Amino acid sequence: MVIVRLSSQSFDPAAELTALEGTMPQAGGIASFVGRVRPTDGTQALELSHYEPLTLPGMEGLAEQTLARFDLEGLLIIHRVGVMQPGDPIVLVAAGARHRRDAIEAVDFAMDHLKSDAWFWKRELRADGWHWIEPRSADHADLARWK
Amino acid sequence: MAARLILLGRLADLAGTPELAVPLGDAAQIDWPGLLALLPAALAEAATGPKIRLALNGAVLADKTTLIARSGDELALLPPVSGG
Repeated sequence: MVIVRLSSQSFDPAAELTALEGTMPQAGGIASFVGRVRPTDGTQALELSHYEPLTLPGMEGLAEQTLARFDLEGLLIIHRVGVMQPGDPIVLVAAGARHRRDAIEAVDFAMDHLKSDAWFWKRELRADGWHWIEPRSADHADLARWK
Repeated sequence: MAARLILLGRLADLAGTPELAVPLGDAAQIDWPGLLALLPAALAEAATGPKIRLALNGAVLADKTTLIARSGDELALLPPVSGG
């Protein structure tokens, strides 16, 4: 099963993962990544905004690319928008495959694209106000690994 | 007759609004220099930056300077993205 979702509400990564697992009886391995709002470094809140005509279609395109590149039994991409608190999940990517390498690399591939090549804009609330976050050079280098 | 301009991320902060109306005048269309001329100076300056992309009706333009927008079109100025 392929599930791609934008969520304006908090979600439960464990419950989502369990639901995906049930759809993939042939998967010998399932890899997943949960990104959360870092509870350290003075961040009081994080806000992700999106642009309706581009963001979800872009995520669906990324899912298609991921499925074309790796041999998968199932794929799940859920990304939050809106205001989040430290510790809240931001993103969940999970992939099931007959063999582990496809599952692990598919998650890595999708995450690198979500970080710096998907239509999201992120800002953090610190003691001195909101700050827009642009990708770090490491994020661009991570993405370039897949070219 | 007008088009809509949606501002994302820090560009919305810069403009003080997430959306601007773009009046089209007698020509009933507007190109990239025409759009820049209508924007507040700070926003126009930011919009010309190489990292700022432009979408027309949900499709990102390969070259924003080729823009031709007509009545009812939705434009969006897109600063560098950051997700996850």
